[in-house]
Amino acid sequence: MTSAETSPVQAPRETFVLNLGPQHPATHGVLRVKLTMDGEYVVRAEPVCGYIHRMQEKMGENRTYAQFLPNTSRIDYLSAMTYTHAFVGVVERAVKLQVPPRAEFIRVITSELNRISSHLVWWGAFLLDLGGFTPLLYAFDDREKILDLLEGITGSRLTYSYYRIGGLYNDVDEAFLKGTREFVAHMRPRLKMYRDLVTENIIFRKRLIGIGPIGAEMCRKYGATGPVIRGAGVAYDVRKVEPYSVYPEFDFIAPTFPEGDSMARYLVRMEEIAQSLRIIEQALDKLPAGPVMAEKVPRVLKLPAGDYCYAVEAARGRFAVRIVSDGKEIPYRVKLRSPSLSNLSLFEEASRGMLLPDALAMMGSLDLVIPDIDR
Amino acid sequence: MNSKLPLSIPFQPVDYAAKGYHFDAVIAPDKVVEMAAALDAEGFVLDTITGVDWMAEGQMEVVYDFFCLEKALRVAVRTRIPRDNPEIATISGVYPGANWHERETHDFFGIRFAGHPDLTPFLLPEDATYHPLRKDFVA
Repeated sequence: MTSAETSPVQAPRETFVLNLGPQHPATHGVLRVKLTMDGEYVVRAEPVCGYIHRMQEKMGENRTYAQFLPNTSRIDYLSAMTYTHAFVGVVERAVKLQVPPRAEFIRVITSELNRISSHLVWWGAFLLDLGGFTPLLYAFDDREKILDLLEGITGSRLTYSYYRIGGLYNDVDEAFLKGTREFVAHMRPRLKMYRDLVTENIIFRKRLIGIGPIGAEMCRKYGATGPVIRGAGVAYDVRKVEPYSVYPEFDFIAPTFPEGDSMARYLVRMEEIAQSLRIIEQALDKLPAGPVMAEKVPRVLKLPAGDYCYAVEAARGRFAVRIVSDGKEIPYRVKLRSPSLSNLSLFEEASRGMLLPDALAMMGSLDLVIPDIDR
Repeated sequence: MNSKLPLSIPFQPVDYAAKGYHFDAVIAPDKVVEMAAALDAEGFVLDTITGVDWMAEGQMEVVYDFFCLEKALRVAVRTRIPRDNPEIATISGVYPGANWHERETHDFFGIRFAGHPDLTPFLLPEDATYHPLRKDFVA
């Protein structure tokens, strides 16, 4: 029986307001949710956003394209690579820069490593929300290997700013290539272990199966993307539907699960880790030689007047940049469309009538990054 | 569902390789709800809503981005309203996801979305009376 069926919300009874956050551990950052409760049941859950708002879009309007580049690592700090990819992508598109194939392949490898490390953080934190402490330690152990690899080539462990307009900051070295192959070999049996440890756990399954259903139509109406919509059975993945970079070169699938419950979203991410490993392996096999920077990147970048868009598949879904240029060195308008905002926007409707612990499990399954919502 | 472009919106093709989207339309500001309903009926997803302040021309532009779930089809619909009285109808009745995008656009540009259920500050502080993405904003 789902909590919606047992919910007494229909009967007008006395309700009370419960404040969740902005410092609550289950919100993983500064998100506040104003809950109107009827006993243990949620009557209305109203997210209150903006606690970590930094006006990134205004910063985009008062500095040059190259100067804004480091900001793109700091919006969704767990998807620094993919977000930077969207930003350099939109500029390269506007000034018609040809990025060398080697750079695009390395972008794919590092973006997919970044996706795995993001999913690992989510996995550990989500299990922590549900009361399981141990998985976090395994997840961070494996994630550490990715951070070490990326630190070796970028110098950073989280906010990489590794891509440059026209290519990459620097080429990868032998240690990175060898280490990445070792990581792929290491991670596959770990995924099996994750399954044995967590996915098959009966307590865990009871917390997720049939809980927090989010249907395909609700996703469409709210613009929810990423594992949320794929967990509702829709195979929407920007890498597949609106391919960018060299993703068409690789054999992989966008995993979907039709159930739409918290378990489906969980399974999508677990399967995505396996798919990212496949992409990385193929990209390493096919990695072409050559330069990693375009030859003639203008020293002063001016985009021709007009609108430009670029969308990527980040770990949480569709991230898109829209730039309006008036032909000057500084953008006229930088719009950042973040997946976490759209994914959270359905929470009020989806959580209605749920038990509070189930609603929090569902919120965890959305994989929110609060600075990504607030920007 | 195989989404098609609604004929009621004057879409013009755009060079995707150069711009990153496929179709663009400029419509009258009083047609936005109709436009959203037509795109909704074809299964489009609302990507985002944003404003652009064209101060020199005395206008505010509202841009609606949509995408399609099953194929590469991105469309942008834009409309302009007077800068000294920036008001336009909400489309949150068609796309509930528009609610937050419109609140954010209200925060940043001061554009009022008539009929919106709650235009209180979304990302800005609760007592904010300024609109930081207006070109004449001084911190």
